[in-house]
Amino acid sequence: MKDQVKQSSDDGRMLEMLRNGDETAFRTLVRRHHAAMISFARSFLRERASAEEAVQDSWVAVISGIRSFEGRSSLKSWIFAIVANKARTKAKRDGRMVPFSDFGEADEPAVDADRFTAEGSWESPPGSWSDLNPERIVAGRQLLAHVMAILETLPLGQKTVVLLRDIEGLSAPEACDVLNISEANQRILLHRGRSRLRQAVETLLTGQESPNMQNEPDRQ
Amino acid sequence: MLTCREITELANGYLDRELPLLTRAQFRLHIIMCSHCRRYVDQLAKTVNMLKTLPHGTPPPDVEEKLVRLLERKGATELPE
Repeated sequence: MKDQVKQSSDDGRMLEMLRNGDETAFRTLVRRHHAAMISFARSFLRERASAEEAVQDSWVAVISGIRSFEGRSSLKSWIFAIVANKARTKAKRDGRMVPFSDFGEADEPAVDADRFTAEGSWESPPGSWSDLNPERIVAGRQLLAHVMAILETLPLGQKTVVLLRDIEGLSAPEACDVLNISEANQRILLHRGRSRLRQAVETLLTGQESPNMQNEPDRQ
Repeated sequence: MLTCREITELANGYLDRELPLLTRAQFRLHIIMCSHCRRYVDQLAKTVNMLKTLPHGTPPPDVEEKLVRLLERKGATELPE
C-alpha cells in the first residue's frame, strides 16, 4: 500500500514534468523503461529490429498521449499497454501474428505427474537447492543468466505475464489490462510460467529433470 | 486433506495470497507436516525472488539521444511551450 502511494506520487510528479516537455524527466523515463519495453516487445516480435521499431512507435505515442493520460492506471502499465498494442499491430502487419491464447498444454501440470504416486504423494520429491545464489555459476554461466534464457523459451502468454508481474512488478489487474486478458487466464499463465521456471532451475541445480522439460520445443 | 500433487497446483495462489481462507488453512497444515512440499513452496518463492532481481539494463546512449530528439520534434508541435 505504502509502495502504491509512493508510486502514485512519483507518477504525479513525473507526469507534470513530462506534460511540460521536461527533457530530464523524459530521459529518466527512457532509462527506466526502454530496455524492459524492448524485451516485452520481443515477446510478440522475434526480430530485435522489429521490436525496436515498435518501441520507438510506442515512445511517439507516449509523447503524443501524455497530456490526455488520465492517470487511471500507473504510468508504467499505461506505457506497457501501448507497447503491447504497437507490437501486436506490427506483428499482424508483418504477417507474424502470435496467438495469445497460447497457454501451453491445456492440462499442463505444475509438476510432472510421473513424480507422484497414484494417491498424489511425492514419488520423486524436489531435490535440495543448497547454497542458492543467483550469481552461482552453473554449467558455465551465472544462474541468473540461465533464468533469463529459460524465460525466453516460455510460451508467449506465460512469458509476458511473468515479465509484467514478477520482473516489472505490475499488479494482477494491471497485467490483465495491459494484455487484455481475464483475471483467471492471468492466474493460470503466471502459475504455469513460474512452475516451469522452478522446474528448470531444479533441473539445473540438481539434474532432476521432468519428462516435460526434455526436448522442450520452442513454442513461440 | 490435500495431496502433495494438489499442493503444487495451489502453491502459486498461496504465495500470492489468493487462496480462500479454508484452502489456505488446509495448505498450511499440509506444509507443516510435509517437508517435500515445504521445499517445493520454498523453491517456487525463491524462483519468483530471482525473477525480481533480473537486471533491466539501460538503453545505449545513442538510442537515448535519438529518443530525446524525437521528444524535441514532437514536443515542438504537441506539448506546451
